[in-house]
Amino acid sequence: MNALSTALIYVVGVVGTAVVGLLSKWIDRKVSARIQWRVGPPWYQPVADIIKLLGKETIVPEAARKTGFLLAPLVGLAAVSVAAAILWAANIRPELDFVGDVIVVLYLLTIPAIAIIAGGAASGNPHGVVGASREMKTLLAYELPFVLAIICAIVAKDNSFKLGDLVTTNVVGGWAVAGSVIAFVIAIFCIQAKLGLPPFDMAEAETEIMGGVYVEYSGAALAVVQLTRAMMLATLPIFLVTVFWGGFSFQSWAILGSILKYVVILVVLILVKNTNPRVRIDHALKFFWFVLTPVAVLAVIMSLAGSSL
Amino acid sequence: MSLKTWAFKKSPWVYHVNVGACNNCDIEILDCLTPRFDIERFGMLLVPSPRHADVLLVTGIATRQAVPRLREVYEQTAKPCAVLCIGHCACSMGIFAPSYHAAGPPDKIIREIDPNAIIAYVPGCPPKPEAIILGAVKALSVV
Repeated sequence: MNALSTALIYVVGVVGTAVVGLLSKWIDRKVSARIQWRVGPPWYQPVADIIKLLGKETIVPEAARKTGFLLAPLVGLAAVSVAAAILWAANIRPELDFVGDVIVVLYLLTIPAIAIIAGGAASGNPHGVVGASREMKTLLAYELPFVLAIICAIVAKDNSFKLGDLVTTNVVGGWAVAGSVIAFVIAIFCIQAKLGLPPFDMAEAETEIMGGVYVEYSGAALAVVQLTRAMMLATLPIFLVTVFWGGFSFQSWAILGSILKYVVILVVLILVKNTNPRVRIDHALKFFWFVLTPVAVLAVIMSLAGSSL
Repeated sequence: MSLKTWAFKKSPWVYHVNVGACNNCDIEILDCLTPRFDIERFGMLLVPSPRHADVLLVTGIATRQAVPRLREVYEQTAKPCAVLCIGHCACSMGIFAPSYHAAGPPDKIIREIDPNAIIAYVPGCPPKPEAIILGAVKALSVV
C-alpha cells in the first residue's frame, strides 16, 4: 500500500508537471501578448500545438544520424520527468527524500540541454551545429553560478543535501538570509538561460540561425521537444521554490500561497524575456562568469558566516 | 471533426517564402502579427524553419532563380501542409507574366511536385491583412 501511494505521487508529479508546464506556456504567450498590446492565444493553445505536431510527418534529414537525432528529445523528456517526480515527492511528502537528491536533480536538469546539444549536432544541418555549439557555451556559462547559488542555500540550511530538509528548514541569521536572497536572484537569472528564454536564447535565435538546435525537428519529435521545454518551464521554478522559498504546501488555503509563489517566478521570467534583447554569446559568458559568479561566491561566504555564528 | 483536424485548424504555424516579391506583400504579412490584427489569437505563429511549418505563405512571381528553392522548401515542409499564395504576383504573376525571368506562377511549380497540394489564393497588390486572414480561414476549412 505504501509503495503504491509512493508510486502514485511520482506519477502525479510527472503528469502534473506536464499539465502545469503547458499552462505556463500559455501564461507565457498570453502575458507576452498583453505586454505587446495584443490579445494572445486561447488557453488550450499549447495542447493544440502538441496534438497537431503528433499528427504530422516526422522527417529525418538524409545527413542526420537517425538514432541520435530521434533519441535525443526522448532522453531530455525522460530526465526532466524524473527530476519533476523527485521534486513533487519532496514537496508532497518530505520524508520521501534521500541523501543527495539535490545533486541528482541538478544533474537531471542539465540533461535536457545536453540531449538537445546531441540532437542539434546529429541533425546534419549547419544551423543546428552552430546552435549546438552556442547551447554548449551557454551551458558552461550558467552552470557555475547556478550550482554556487544552490550551494548557498544548502549552506544556509544546516548543510543538508536533502530536498525535504531544504523545504522544512528555515534560514536564520541576518547574513544567511541576505546571502540566500542574493543567491535566489542569481538562480532566477540562471534559469532564464537554462530555459533558453531571451535575452539568453542564442542557441535558437530564430532570426539568425532559424531555430538553431531545433531547425530540423518536425512532427512527433518536435512535439517531444516542445513538451520537454514546457516541463522545464514548470520544473525549474518548482525547484527554486523548493530550495529557496519554503516549498509548496497542499493544505487548504496554503495552496493559494503555493500557486502565488510559482506564478511570481514565472511572471518575472516572462517580464525579463519581453523587455530584453538577445545578448551576444560572449556577452552572456562574461555576464555569468565575471559578474554573477563572484557575486555568487560572495553569497556563499555570507551564508557560511551567517550559519557558523 | 477528428481531434487531429481540430488541432491542425487551431494551431497553423506559418513559414514565409519570398520567391521574388517586391516586399509589399511581405510587409502586409508582418502586419498580420501586429496588435491590430494579431493572428496569434488563432494560434498562428511565424516559425523559423519550414520543418515546423503547416502553412507556407508564398509571395512573388517565382523567378527562375527562386524556382528550385521553392520546390525544395515545399519538399522540406512536414506534411500535411497548406500553401497560401499571397498577392497578384503569386496568384497569376500579374504584370510580370511576360517577363524573361518569370518561371512561375508558384502554384504551378508546387502542383508539379505535388498534384494534391492544398493551395489558397489571396489576390491583391498588396492584399489587406483582413484578406490574408480570410484566405487562411478558407484554406483551413478545406483541410
